[in-house]
Amino acid sequence: MSYIKKPVARHPSLKPNTLGLTLRDYEGAMSTLCAGCGHDSITAAIVRALYELDTPPHMLAKLSGIGCSSKTPTYFVSGSHGFNSAHGRMPAIATGASAANRELTYIGVSGDGDSLSIGLGQMVHAIRRNVKMLYVIENNGVYGLTKGQFSASADVGSKSKKGEANTQAPLDPVMLALDIGATFVARSFSGDKAQLVPILKAGLRHDGFALVDVISPCVTFNDHEGSTKSYKHTRKHQLPILEADFVPFAAEITADYPEGAAHSVKMHDGSMVRFRKVAADYDPTDRANVASYLREHQRAGEVPTGLLYLDESSEDMHRAAKTVKTPLTRLTHEELCPGNAALRKLQEAFR
Amino acid sequence: MQDSLALKVNDFALKLANVNGTGSASANSLLMQAIFRMGIPVSGKNLFPSNIQGLPTWYEIRVNKDGHTARTAEYDLMVAMNAETYARDVKEVRAGGWVLHDSSWPLDKSLLRPDVTFLGVPYAQLCNEAFVDSRERTLMKNICYVGTLAALLCIDMDVVSGMLKEKFAKKPALMESNKRAIQLGYDYAVQHFECPLPLRLKKMDATKDSILIDGNTATALGCVYAGATVAGWYPITPSTSVLDAFKGFCERFRTDKATGERRYCILQAEDELAAIGMVIGASWMGARSFTSTSGPGISLMNELIGLAYYAEIPTVIVDVQRVGPSTGMPTRTQQGDILLCAYASHGDTKHILLFPANPGECFHFAVNAFDLAERFQTPVFILSDLDIGMNDWVVPRLEWDDTYRPDRGHVLSKEDLERMPKFHRYSPEDELGVAARTLPGVHAKGSFFTRGSGHNKLGGYTEIPDEYQEVMDRLARKHKASRNHVPSAVIERLKGSTIGIVTLGGCDLAVRESLEQLKSRGVRADYMRVRGFPFGDDVQAFLDAHEQLFIVEQNRDAQLRTLITLETRTPKEKLYSVLAYGGFPLQAAQVVQGVLSQITPRLADSERE
Ligand SMILES: Cc1ncc(C[n+]2csc(CCOP(=O)(O)OP(=O)(O)O)c2C)c(N)n1
Ligand code: SF4
Ligand SMILES: [Mg+2]
Repeated sequence: MSYIKKPVARHPSLKPNTLGLTLRDYEGAMSTLCAGCGHDSITAAIVRALYELDTPPHMLAKLSGIGCSSKTPTYFVSGSHGFNSAHGRMPAIATGASAANRELTYIGVSGDGDSLSIGLGQMVHAIRRNVKMLYVIENNGVYGLTKGQFSASADVGSKSKKGEANTQAPLDPVMLALDIGATFVARSFSGDKAQLVPILKAGLRHDGFALVDVISPCVTFNDHEGSTKSYKHTRKHQLPILEADFVPFAAEITADYPEGAAHSVKMHDGSMVRFRKVAADYDPTDRANVASYLREHQRAGEVPTGLLYLDESSEDMHRAAKTVKTPLTRLTHEELCPGNAALRKLQEAFR
Repeated sequence: MQDSLALKVNDFALKLANVNGTGSASANSLLMQAIFRMGIPVSGKNLFPSNIQGLPTWYEIRVNKDGHTARTAEYDLMVAMNAETYARDVKEVRAGGWVLHDSSWPLDKSLLRPDVTFLGVPYAQLCNEAFVDSRERTLMKNICYVGTLAALLCIDMDVVSGMLKEKFAKKPALMESNKRAIQLGYDYAVQHFECPLPLRLKKMDATKDSILIDGNTATALGCVYAGATVAGWYPITPSTSVLDAFKGFCERFRTDKATGERRYCILQAEDELAAIGMVIGASWMGARSFTSTSGPGISLMNELIGLAYYAEIPTVIVDVQRVGPSTGMPTRTQQGDILLCAYASHGDTKHILLFPANPGECFHFAVNAFDLAERFQTPVFILSDLDIGMNDWVVPRLEWDDTYRPDRGHVLSKEDLERMPKFHRYSPEDELGVAARTLPGVHAKGSFFTRGSGHNKLGGYTEIPDEYQEVMDRLARKHKASRNHVPSAVIERLKGSTIGIVTLGGCDLAVRESLEQLKSRGVRADYMRVRGFPFGDDVQAFLDAHEQLFIVEQNRDAQLRTLITLETRTPKEKLYSVLAYGGFPLQAAQVVQGVLSQITPRLADSERE
């Protein structure tokens, strides 16, 4: 068992955010994952992102499937609404929830088993619908909770703890998402919080489905020599190809323009994502360019990371469905029920 | 052999044999609607294949002045428009009956029967002469026989032309062709046959307060009136038209005229696993939400139905049953999902079921389903079937009580939460075994963690036996408590009765008709139609009161009987099954036969007692 690192008393994060809440108010129950599990670091990054975005806890819905990764919503923001559902079925539940109440902020936490095997269908269709939510895949190349079987993200040749090599081609959520029209695609590493936090913040403000694939080593079943999802291997091969700064709307006017900002994208709420240190031949707003760039570098054994692709112009599920701005859950009976006079009139056609 | 000259007024049946995809459906429903508008009780059953074009399809119309409009296979008149099925169609007409056929080609002599009258009209020839376009020629052949039948059966031509006027108000060219075709068929009959036949329609006053509606449309309307805003679904026969209708009504009633904004969200899911997930997510947020499917979809939804049950999330599921197992016969009717739905999902689960018998009940039970789901915080199934869902039925005009307010069950408001020291999701419970729930986003104090994994009465994760059992026991109490909140059984007692007949759903009309036929044979039976599960105290009392009971249902394995033996104290020895499960709607004759063949001799002659 490990504890999420609690900040020391004089840590600046004890400084309240605009809601008067400190970082601690965004924490959850004590983690019951293995000490050193990558998932706990992602939890800590989620805590920080929500704290920094001044998210009211009770306006947050956190959903998950089943797996070690899917347990983690318990470990952040106790004051929010959690839903630990069934294996691979979180995307549909989040879709329905978001359809009913568009005012909440939605986070889905999933694993590579949960999202790429049993739940692959639901994940890709949530992407197609462009459901407004932050969707985090805590990707460790194995089924942690069922004790270390290869998952669909395991690379060919990657070795299991017992030394067996995986022979099936991996499913890459980033390439897949790009291919089917995802509007926000990122990859990061649980060991790189500096990169992860701004990505999560941008994802939370994205007006659509924000996919964040986070390499998150499983220390118990997949952190050995020969594994391509270990800490060591990921550190060695990670290739941060760009940096993203998330600049909230209020701060936007005063923010210094960082050095070498190559692209900036305005989010729907007025905040900005600024890309820095972008390779000369990379354009995070050009889907085809991103896909070919990533394919090339992944073939070379690298793990490109960053907020890789962003399209803020497309319609999310609600805009496409033309639903009212008021959450459906708040409509009154009078706004929904046509009444007896209308029923009488309607039935003239049933004669 | 019935006397073909004996006059049958408003009491006969016809069958129309057609080729799928030739436009016969609109001709046939035109016929049925005309009879309905003449004020005569009527039913129309579409016996169609799982096919878009080319296969044989049949339509049956029964008129009965006393309202016995269950299916019957005693056909007085066959309209044989499909050469491919002539042989079996001709065989099915009762002795003394009539066959109306297309005489453009000579009829195979071997098909002729001495005991029926053949009426030949050269439809193809007439239409080829009258119309140019080949598709129109095909379509108008069907409309043409409507004209013949109008002459043969005394269908009111004013009614027919009134209907054409409404139907084709915006398409004058089509109206012209239809009128012409009908007149052709009518004139030919008058010139060549002795019209009318001894089968006659005579205006009545029995349907003026009724409407013609199919169950799926009525279910959808109920969902609209109940205030459902989110629907998740995946297309499947015979339930697809529930969502088609829901969409249509929402466009009409729930779309802002000025802005185009919609007060609903329909999600066509990638499969039924997702459809039920969407419903659970929306209901968790506090929207009234439903899905509609058929047996194969229920099979897929099983895992998440258990999640909704255990996490106590209101969920409304419409199951328009069709013939299983597997793909089975998708366009045929059955009541084969009773046990599947009653105990859907792994582990100890039990659900509330509603059994509508007709479109009128579909409408009202849809509203009940949402109230029950929210009151008891649990999945509720509406078990309709293909016959109810897809055929047009004559039912009393629907009435809506404008004072109705949704029963949202035990939901804590912002103010409630403000006053509470602390909120726990699964306690305290009320007298029904239900604990208060909160809706996300309402108040910080209302937050809790919803989970399908083991939890205690405070909503916390648990693996401790006593804590787990405590919650499971409450769920059982809650389910039991719902027994007197589901719609009560319809019970009709007959003086001097010796046996009880128990049935459900779409068997209603056939069983009621059988009661009269049994009575005329000296067997008096009490009648009970269960309309909900768990069974109420009224059901138990009826079962207790009878020495021999016949359970009539449309499946092979006597699923209602099984449910009764499992969930009541009634010994199974006194429960006898009458089963029909071939896929066509139940007939009274099947019930009569099933009862007479099994009745205890001592109880068989109630007149003497
Ligand atoms: C329907 C169903 N099948 C199988 C399981 C067993 N199961 C639980 S978690 C899991 C795999 C989880 O893998 P992943 O999503 O990668 O999560 P991790 O534990 O690696 O974080 C499986 C197969 C289940 N819970 N439900
Ligand atoms: S088994 Fe692996 S994934 Fe699961 S908690 Fe332990 S380290 Fe994390
Ligand atoms: Mg995993």
